[in-house]
Amino acid sequence: MKPPAFDYSRPTSTREAVNVLAELGEDGNVLAGGQSLLPLLNMRLAAPRNLVDINAVTELDYLRVTPDGVRVGALSRHSALERSDDAARVQPLLRQAVRLVAHATIRNRGTTVGSIVHADPSGEMTAVLSLLGGSVRVAGSAGERTVPAEDFFLGPLESAVRPGELAVEAFFPARTPGSGSSFTEISRRHGDYAVCGVGAVVELDADLRVCGARAAFLSISPTPLVLDLAEVVHGRSFDDTAIEELSAYVQARIDPQPDIHATAAYRSHLAGALTLRAVREAARAAADLERTV
Amino acid sequence: MIPRKFGARVARVEDERLVSGAGAYLDDLGADALTLAVVRSPHAHAKILDIDVTGALEVDGLIAIYTYEDLDGPMADPLPLLIPHPALSHGRTQYVLAKDEVNYAGEAVAMVVAVDRYAAEDIVERIVVDYEPLPVVVGIQNARAATHLVHEDVPGNVAANVVQQVGDAEAAIAAAPHVLELDLSIERSAAMPLEGRGVLARWDPDFGRLRIWSSTQSSTGVRAAVAAKLGLDLSDVTVTTPDVGGGFGVKIMHPWPEEILVSWAARRLQRPVKFTEDRREHFVSSAHERGQLQHVRVGFDDEGRLLGLSVRFWHDHGAYTPYGLIVPIITSTQLLGPYKPDAYRVEFDSLYTNTVVVTPYRGAGRPQAAFAMERTMDAIAQKLGIDRTEVRSRNFITPDDMPYDHQLTFQDGRPLIYDSGDFPQSLATLKALVGWDNFTAYRDAARAAGRRVGIGLACYVEGTGIGPYEGGTVEIETSGRIKVSTGLTSQGQGHRTVFAQIVADELGVSMDDIDVVTGDTDRSPFAVGTFASRAAVVSGSAIALAARKARAKVLKLAAEALEADPADLEITDGVVRVTGAPGAEISLGTLAVLSNPLRYAFDEQSKLATQFTVGDSSQPPVPHGEQPGIEGNDYYSPMQATFANGMHAAIVETDPVTAEITVLRYCVVHDCGNIINPIIVEGQIHGGVAQGIGGALYERMAYDEDGQLQNASFMDFLMPYVTELPDRIEIDHLETPSPLNPLGIKGAGEAGVIPGSAAIASAIEDAEGFPVRAMPISPSELFHLRLRHRRTPADAAAPAQPERKSIS
Amino acid sequence: MSEQLHDIRLTVNGAPRNVVVPARRLLSDCLRHDLQLTGTHVGCEHGVCGACTVLLDGEPVRSCLVLAVSAHGHAVTTVEGLTRPDGRLSAVQQAFRDCHGLQCGFCTPGFLTTITAGLRDNPTPSREQARDMVAGNLCRCTGYQNIVASVLRAAELAAADHDRRADAS
Repeated sequence: MKPPAFDYSRPTSTREAVNVLAELGEDGNVLAGGQSLLPLLNMRLAAPRNLVDINAVTELDYLRVTPDGVRVGALSRHSALERSDDAARVQPLLRQAVRLVAHATIRNRGTTVGSIVHADPSGEMTAVLSLLGGSVRVAGSAGERTVPAEDFFLGPLESAVRPGELAVEAFFPARTPGSGSSFTEISRRHGDYAVCGVGAVVELDADLRVCGARAAFLSISPTPLVLDLAEVVHGRSFDDTAIEELSAYVQARIDPQPDIHATAAYRSHLAGALTLRAVREAARAAADLERTV
Repeated sequence: MIPRKFGARVARVEDERLVSGAGAYLDDLGADALTLAVVRSPHAHAKILDIDVTGALEVDGLIAIYTYEDLDGPMADPLPLLIPHPALSHGRTQYVLAKDEVNYAGEAVAMVVAVDRYAAEDIVERIVVDYEPLPVVVGIQNARAATHLVHEDVPGNVAANVVQQVGDAEAAIAAAPHVLELDLSIERSAAMPLEGRGVLARWDPDFGRLRIWSSTQSSTGVRAAVAAKLGLDLSDVTVTTPDVGGGFGVKIMHPWPEEILVSWAARRLQRPVKFTEDRREHFVSSAHERGQLQHVRVGFDDEGRLLGLSVRFWHDHGAYTPYGLIVPIITSTQLLGPYKPDAYRVEFDSLYTNTVVVTPYRGAGRPQAAFAMERTMDAIAQKLGIDRTEVRSRNFITPDDMPYDHQLTFQDGRPLIYDSGDFPQSLATLKALVGWDNFTAYRDAARAAGRRVGIGLACYVEGTGIGPYEGGTVEIETSGRIKVSTGLTSQGQGHRTVFAQIVADELGVSMDDIDVVTGDTDRSPFAVGTFASRAAVVSGSAIALAARKARAKVLKLAAEALEADPADLEITDGVVRVTGAPGAEISLGTLAVLSNPLRYAFDEQSKLATQFTVGDSSQPPVPHGEQPGIEGNDYYSPMQATFANGMHAAIVETDPVTAEITVLRYCVVHDCGNIINPIIVEGQIHGGVAQGIGGALYERMAYDEDGQLQNASFMDFLMPYVTELPDRIEIDHLETPSPLNPLGIKGAGEAGVIPGSAAIASAIEDAEGFPVRAMPISPSELFHLRLRHRRTPADAAAPAQPERKSIS
Repeated sequence: MSEQLHDIRLTVNGAPRNVVVPARRLLSDCLRHDLQLTGTHVGCEHGVCGACTVLLDGEPVRSCLVLAVSAHGHAVTTVEGLTRPDGRLSAVQQAFRDCHGLQCGFCTPGFLTTITAGLRDNPTPSREQARDMVAGNLCRCTGYQNIVASVLRAAELAAADHDRRADAS
């Protein structure tokens, strides 16, 4: 289990990295945290001709927290996001989700942008970006472009970053007033990829009735799936038993696949049950936040 | 007096090195060695048409590529069938490199020697093997159906059919007031030590000798196997086991093809060669265990007493039978546990499939046995509406029955006779520990809070410490240090600590003055290996006997030197003293000097001992019948196994919605006779229980119908982290000494794993109210069982089914 | 087709080390085979078992999932670097010995490095936090019972050390 040989470069600035990538075109692959790439290399399931290691591009190691949201640089490790109280305050869903990414040791090295570009349908941060309607800033030799989450995930392990480009930043919009979030998942072992996971954002009106709800799903579809649940829950109280209809509503709209850990039926069951759990927790969080504001 | 070390919670002598990073595991050795890597079959069953290496010849770092064509003499013959059995009518073993056909995905097809592992993998990738795929047999059902055959010349895929019976079980069942039948299934798992296999060999061309280091559980076995394959005299081969990163049975299998290939290549290339197995290889080329289907028929009376028990099971042994029938024979004989049915019949088929071989993994057939027997006990209790502990009690062998002869033949070919144990006391202890009688209240409270909990238990008896023998050598050096050697090997059990404890007591020395070596054929050429929870029993006894011999010589010499009666001597802290005569003393080091009449003086100490300065001039320097030096050497060869036993109870919670299963509490009562070191015994139990819980809830080998292992990684083969285990594993010991050996001990290594699946199945069944007959069980499977039994999340809060009685 | 080699500079256990490696050399192999620091063990080479965990600039990482070239210019601490300068065991190492926190010892270095960093960040963990601290490392021998006990014991030993130093100053 050793990587195959590859050519290697180690730019120290974004500009240099983009130039190298532009030159390499189809042959260039970016190495950031490497926590998904290295296992693939060690198993020789990937054989890139070139690796462009951005671990020395320290200008991309940043978290910028502003009232409108959280900007995460391409070299920022998951652990930085997890530890950032500012980020958690502006967008609580970030910490709720990132602490579920693998184990702490992996989060010390893995990058949030890297996991988004990896576009794994079981990745927590891909679901978060989609659920929040965030975006990814991508740099190429022709300049930068910003890709909204809904256009970013093209298929399993396939993102909108083109050959010669570097994803430099992910943007997660701030929590909107009156909203709350939750992220819950079931994995076989603590820290494993989720058998099923659900992130939810719920908005409450002044009477603490639900006026908006969305959920994103892990390990359920080839690309991050976000469902708008408003038509089921609109105007209801979150402890209203009627919102149990959510489970059936979700199950009618997903088509999960089986694997060795779970049947499709079980995944579907979990998606329904976890949606209910996540929506209730998110609504409760929204109510708590409103009370403390 | 120095307090006795036997029985004390002594910290391990191994650990200072290991926690400092100074351990020497196999891959830490041989920095100068070439790397051997293996081209493995991607097919589960195929003919090999051609092997084309041309694309690999240009790769940097290549030293050599070998295929079956390069082998001759014994190297070209199949690997040994280690443990033949009269019933093993169709035993088959693989070649070191596949000859014409491969029978599992992962089988060795060609070998590469290169400068390092990176280059070796580059080369392996470029060797093109042309295969003609053949139909694949995966799973016991397909093996039984025998639509396709694994080996053309093995009809029905059956390697062996074995029947044992005591009394007429069928007639007893036919006449019984109650009869139950159960179909049970246990899936494959594997030992999965954190360190895979590994072997390093150096050929010394000047002296024609081979030196091997292997991460093995049997250094003498590897030595004999390599010598036979390479046509070497045993005395020209040395095998040393370095620090070994866990074994749990998989490393008792030997010789692995790589142990032979590394040795052969080292001699052929006249350079050191090393093989370090990687994790993916370990999944597809090292042994698995456990997979069985079982059909139980039991007849019992109104009290739940076993009148007749008939068990038919089918054992999946994989593609070959290198380790004979050991695993299914253990299942068939240890199935009875602490019970005494009036009549018993067991029959098994050991079946070929196109999968990795099956050889013992900790517990070795016993987890399957306990599963069959204990599920049956629970079913009887359920049928009669009596407490599960009560039905067990009514069938126990009692202390008065000991020794108890089951009239069966055990794995060592000897009669199955239990030597000791107090099963009623064990059960009473377990019930108190887990709070069995109070559980109903706990369950009711949990249920009122919307939670679902259940309790289960399982019992087992384990034959440990089987023969044929082990040896011990205890030598006192002139420095006063004590050098102890035994030939069996260590994989983390703390043997050096417990053996030093034994010697410290026998000789009256400090543990700090004792050095123990295990698994070095230069030091202990006669030895068997580490398996069957036998190290403490067999090597421990041999070392105790050897130490007693050394002590006798010490006392004899000291009596002469101090002009005292040996009966008046005592040894404390390495000094022999005459009781009641202060100042009359001599150290063990000085006695060692005196014991060895030397011609040459090397230092002040040895000047004392030259043949010209000591000794009785009327006698030769070494009197007739004696030996120079103080060295005790002895062997312990038990007549039969000594039987450890225990009982486990588990409390589980099953999530009414997600079907997640959590082990809330796990309690163990364990009887391994006299305990040498409680810390170590508890550690063995902890680790075994973790593997038991892993086997019950997480671990399985997921083969697809093409014989591809789908979860050959730690990502998908789910060994528990700390987060999957209960916070505390609660242990109570019972010590009924074995009458069979000098220390009164029984084995402790495997016990913790044995009843895990049975106890947890029992608890899940109790929580859910429907039978659990297949293990391991995942949340997904529990979810589907609920659907089948129509107990959906909607009625999660409903009480247990009315037919189930209270368990108190 | 010989591979390009890269000169890299690491600070390993406090000492500067220069190594020449191909780009694909894993940090774990670089430590074990280029620098002969064989205390770091390799259990799975896909980042799941944690045996190869080392501290990179003080934070635990899987050395099998880091290229040696990526670590250029950074500080690495391995199990060999945990022992005190005078050769005595560190609090974490001593606690493992005291509590029988290891059996075969193969996974142990990864636990020791992880816990060393964990106790630096949280010197007084609760039992639950102690479990959480080791939640990403696999051990096949101990069932983790005595490893959790070792974390708590190490915290006690470190606190006692701290008190002694405070008294001495």
